[in-house]
Amino acid sequence: MNKDTLKNITSKRLFLPVVCLLAVLLANVIKTPDFFKITLENGVLSGYIIIVINRASELVILAIGMTLVTAASGGQDISVGAVMAVAAAVCCQILSGGEVSVTELASPMIFAIISAILAAALCGAFNGFLVAKLGIQPMVATLILFTAGRGVAQLITKGQITYIRVDSYKTFGGYIGKCPVPTPIFLAIIVIVIVNLVLKKTALGLYIESVGINGTASRLVGLNSVLIKFLTYVICGVMAGIAGVIASSRIYSADANNIGLNLEMDAILAVALGGNVLGGGKFSLMGSVIGAYTIQALTTTLYAMNVKADQLPVYKAIVVIIIVILQSPAFKKMLAKQKTKKLSGGTAVEGGK
Amino acid sequence: MEKEIVLDMKNVSKTFPGVKALQHVDFKLRKGEIHALMGENGAGKSTLIKVLTGVHDFESGEIIMSGASIINKSPQDAQSHGISTVYQEVNLCPNLSVAENLFIGREPRKFGFIDWKTMKSKATELLKDLDIDANVSDKLEECSIAKQQMIAIARAVDMKCQVLILDEPTSSLDDEEVEKLFVLMRRLKSEGVGIIFVTHFLEQVYAVCDRITVLRNGTLVGEYETAELPRVMLVAKMMGKDFDDLADIKGDHKQLDKLIPVIEAKGVGRKGSIKPFDFVANKGEVVGLTGLLGSGRSELVRAIYGADKPDSGKIFVNGKEAKINAPIDAMKLGMAYLPEDRKKDGIIADLSVRENIILALQAKKGMFHLMSRKEMEEAADKYIKMLQVKTASRETPIKSLSGGNQQKVIIGRWLLTNPEYLILDEPTRGIDIGTKTEIQKLVLDLADKGMSVTFISSEVEEMLRTCSRMGVMRDGKKVGELTGDDLSQEGVMKAIAGGDENE
Repeated sequence: MNKDTLKNITSKRLFLPVVCLLAVLLANVIKTPDFFKITLENGVLSGYIIIVINRASELVILAIGMTLVTAASGGQDISVGAVMAVAAAVCCQILSGGEVSVTELASPMIFAIISAILAAALCGAFNGFLVAKLGIQPMVATLILFTAGRGVAQLITKGQITYIRVDSYKTFGGYIGKCPVPTPIFLAIIVIVIVNLVLKKTALGLYIESVGINGTASRLVGLNSVLIKFLTYVICGVMAGIAGVIASSRIYSADANNIGLNLEMDAILAVALGGNVLGGGKFSLMGSVIGAYTIQALTTTLYAMNVKADQLPVYKAIVVIIIVILQSPAFKKMLAKQKTKKLSGGTAVEGGK
Repeated sequence: MEKEIVLDMKNVSKTFPGVKALQHVDFKLRKGEIHALMGENGAGKSTLIKVLTGVHDFESGEIIMSGASIINKSPQDAQSHGISTVYQEVNLCPNLSVAENLFIGREPRKFGFIDWKTMKSKATELLKDLDIDANVSDKLEECSIAKQQMIAIARAVDMKCQVLILDEPTSSLDDEEVEKLFVLMRRLKSEGVGIIFVTHFLEQVYAVCDRITVLRNGTLVGEYETAELPRVMLVAKMMGKDFDDLADIKGDHKQLDKLIPVIEAKGVGRKGSIKPFDFVANKGEVVGLTGLLGSGRSELVRAIYGADKPDSGKIFVNGKEAKINAPIDAMKLGMAYLPEDRKKDGIIADLSVRENIILALQAKKGMFHLMSRKEMEEAADKYIKMLQVKTASRETPIKSLSGGNQQKVIIGRWLLTNPEYLILDEPTRGIDIGTKTEIQKLVLDLADKGMSVTFISSEVEEMLRTCSRMGVMRDGKKVGELTGDDLSQEGVMKAIAGGDENE
């Protein structure tokens, strides 16, 4: 009975992601005992855990888009980091009206943000066209914007870092009025809720899984595989746009070279950590979200352990290796073999009695 | 005057998990003969070839070549023994030049480097010798498929093969290209090469082969001289029916008083897969499509359903001309299509039984009209019960069901969309006999309720039991229709074999 419930829990999709997150959190608590301590400083919440959740927001949003792209097309969009920079550049350029640094907005904020997200959606549509319509491998197709995206962002800002020194613009990366909780946390939650609602209330989730598992069969039951794949890339673009605006708001500027740098790899890692198969098919959005928080927690841990930013990738790589091995069919096979061995060994002993 | 035997396979057996793929099969190939290997799908032709070329190992039996017993562990092994294979899909490197492809892996060398000059001159000589019109410095992908195939053969010939296996080399060639290939084959034959020719096209067998070996269900039916085996007999042997004592087992069938066409196809065709055909499916009627595998049965229905968009002709649904660009258009017009290859085109393996059942209806309803969980569960339960699907629960992934139960789920998927016109392409393949009968009964029930059904099967009895009319396909063309008294084993086989030339 007890064994059954244990088996039930371990066979759940989210089991591994949750275990990973708990492991990282545990490591944190051991290393820094006041990890979970939240204090109120200058009217806002502070503490390690708040930093983790706050800093993870962009990654969470990216991971959601990446999950859908992965599920539908069996590949990843590696241009999301660069697309963030494009969105940030568009947003800041419209707000500044072309100046390098402004203290007053040149255009309404809502207009700038919508334009930024539209620009990002356009980038997503470009990727989607290459992958879904022309059948180019996702990694190769998105490599184009991965390399060119930051250049496009530089073109938009004319090679400068555009500063928007207006308090209202800092809201998205900072705080709303006197609210002690950082805004990005809310934004991430809102995005999670909206995407979840879309997947629950429309058949999109089912379509994405179906197309990702078997494209030809999906076409024969009347699904438009091309359109569905295309849509996921557009959604992924929109997510990158939102993340780009948040990242730009944090530093109230458009830094084309640094916004979202290497974040695409973290997003892919989050998807994998979430127990999603990178080859497409069935997916778990919440898994990816948990994966994203895990990565941010890991990063924060490593910083707390005085690991230099340059060396961070090495440790992340170790985690990736472990996860990939855990998920690999060869490893699972080995585990199953071990189990049967144990079982047969057990009976042999019993027989000996 | 028995010619010298180059290859003698004796008593070869091979089992795959759960399937006896080959049972005590003998096969003899003589020097300078073209020997056809015939049989329906699953008869064991490709297994025999794979055993011979070392792709698979075999459990018992013996392969004797030029007097010595050999065992091929890999295709390379086979090649060194003088057995070369040219597959339907040319397995050369399309991005390399013709000359490179001819000599890949055995390039002429000079001081350890590849001697390009010698390679080119040797290649030119080889092609000229075999009358193959191709430029050796062209890339292989720039040559037509037929030429690529000939180049593959040239490569095999140059490697001094005694046995050349051609595995369905003609399926993607047009008539003229086939003729050129035959010229080459006859030439090699005159040079003493033994050729094993695997094909589905009867006419080609009679055009070029000396002998025919027929396999069925992994066993040897017999070896025959082509000249002494009429076509009808060949078809009967492939299908496992003794031509002389065929029993007429035509089932009981509701007669239709009035024919109301649901689907009419006029001149519909698709280049390279099916020649333009006319086809009518009436309300309440079960129409069969018969023909050997690869004769265009599936291609015909796929063209109607929009799975492969036709490039000519018109389709009328209930008298109105219909525009069908993709399966979804056909579905909206009330069509449903159960594909031939269940694994590849039918099931969505990782999704649950419930999701697999509702998927087509959901696609028809559109993305923004998600069925409620309750609707889905009711629909799934209804068809699981009606079709007696054996599954642990409706949330079990379909991939863990047996083949027959998977097929039932897919049938349920289409019945749920309440189609007017249902296409069943090999719905009973690989399914146990009980389920087969159930599916046949279901088809008749559906027709009695007014549905128009097109039924494709490799088993003639099954078709005779269910169909009131049968279209006959041969070599990618609809060659006729059978009704009334012609609907018998004998009539069907005669029609499939076609051509009175060999009777």
